[in-house]
Amino acid sequence: MAMTAAAVSVAPAYDLARVRADFPILSREINGRPLVYLDNAASTQKPRAVAAAIVDCYEGWYANVERGVHTLSQLATAARERARETVRRFLNAPSAEEVIFVRGTTEAINLVASSWGRQNVGPGDEILITGLEHHSNLVPWQRLCEERGALLRVAALDDRGEVRLDEFERSLSPRTRIAAFAHVSNALGTVNPVREMAAMARRAGAAVLVDGAQAVPHLAVDVQELGCDFYAFSGHKVYGPSGIGALWGRAELLAAMPPWQSGGGMVHSVSFERTTYAPPPHRFEGGTPFIEGAAGLAAALDYLTALGLPAVAAWEGELLALATERLAAIPGLRIIGTARAKAAVLSFAMEGIHPHDLGTILDHQGVAIRAGHHCAQPVMERFGVPATARASFAFYNTAEEVEILAAALQRARELFA
Amino acid sequence: MNDLRDLYQEVILDHNRRPRNFGPLPTANRRAEGHNPLCGDRVTVYLDLAGGRLQDVAFQGSGCAISTASASLMTEALKGLTLEEARGLFKGFHDLVTLGAAEGSPELGKLAVFTGVREYPMRVKCATLAWHALMAALDAQDLPVTTE
Repeated sequence: MAMTAAAVSVAPAYDLARVRADFPILSREINGRPLVYLDNAASTQKPRAVAAAIVDCYEGWYANVERGVHTLSQLATAARERARETVRRFLNAPSAEEVIFVRGTTEAINLVASSWGRQNVGPGDEILITGLEHHSNLVPWQRLCEERGALLRVAALDDRGEVRLDEFERSLSPRTRIAAFAHVSNALGTVNPVREMAAMARRAGAAVLVDGAQAVPHLAVDVQELGCDFYAFSGHKVYGPSGIGALWGRAELLAAMPPWQSGGGMVHSVSFERTTYAPPPHRFEGGTPFIEGAAGLAAALDYLTALGLPAVAAWEGELLALATERLAAIPGLRIIGTARAKAAVLSFAMEGIHPHDLGTILDHQGVAIRAGHHCAQPVMERFGVPATARASFAFYNTAEEVEILAAALQRARELFA
Repeated sequence: MNDLRDLYQEVILDHNRRPRNFGPLPTANRRAEGHNPLCGDRVTVYLDLAGGRLQDVAFQGSGCAISTASASLMTEALKGLTLEEARGLFKGFHDLVTLGAAEGSPELGKLAVFTGVREYPMRVKCATLAWHALMAALDAQDLPVTTE
């Protein structure tokens, strides 16, 4: 791929052209221009391997799981359990039985709030979140607090968009039942010091849930090393299908948790008088699951693991540094979120141009970015903007695409001058 | 960039830079707010309605160029209209940005610059935000008279 003279001199540790060829959508055009896909924090594109895994399921081994004695059902059940093992390995979880398949991060957090929360949070108790949470790690806790008469506390952000750790620690009390926070902020890119925050929470006797939706595509996650109790992520943000994700929970917590959705597949035995429930993870997986989605998710995680998360993180770091430099040089452009540790997410505002106008103008030039509040309205409020424009990078993005973004923003300025 | 100019016509860019009738209207007896939760845009429309006619119209709020210019041009187009005419203008404008139906229709006047919006389904709500607030204000009860 041709690079402009000013582009970064380093290259990724993998063959970028070959990687891009694995993602057929990246070679399509938008409005007559090559697609520059920079909305990866909203959702990532899928490699052929993911599509192939889903086709393989439909054409080779599809049947319902856990139910039948026939061969296909056994094959499907085994494939799904292999996918569970793939997720376990990806998170370095102690046991695959601690991995629950869910629709995504939102469902994972709702599961914990509904099951663990109702059992463990009572009147006067406290739940601690931070000022940078996605609505999906805020609203379920807010609802739980309303229902249980508990108090939702929020650790504020500093001007860089980092959680104020002193305030986070001060906000913990013997009444704090759980601390729930993002590993990486979707709106600002901030990487939270999860290990430190988890240790603080555990010292206070609180459980710890980490929203890993924005972290798993960018950095290697080891739930044991992080010291959390729950870790949630979505498949579609990590190059897998939408509609599948995973919740990891510590075995002893899961074992004590009641079901949250009930029906088939999550029971041990049922009579009109009494039902006993299956052990985790199946206790939390009522109904016929997204069988082909689990296969697709496993293929995505295998793809990312083969590429190597350290190599991915290094290249995305280069792209972020280049984009930060290019965008900071545009007059009237303000980067929002300047944390010292950031994933490849760049939120910004341009003087005199609303993010939605930017989104439309960039789309005309083939550049896909996100414009809006990113389901993080309190973050927008903290920085005094109704919305931001956000470019978010993936391992398949190129330095040339960063230059196209910067040039497109310059053109937007000229149009609105 | 040529077709982008079909959306962002000079009149739109001008009204975005310098919105007309911007700010609260001291003589207003009707008021309504519009909010687009998708993008966070907010607009308040103020009407001074007397003798069955819109004596004065103003708006306030923050939004994208399409919503700001639409609100600004709307306030200009509404002054002096009867309630019936104002409702008719709403319908004409709505048809313009959703169907392109009333393109060139003389009573729309300058509002015809929004004809490009129909190519952008995601932006139709930006163009109609202030207009929906207008309809709410037309349907609203008179504001209580304050002594401030």
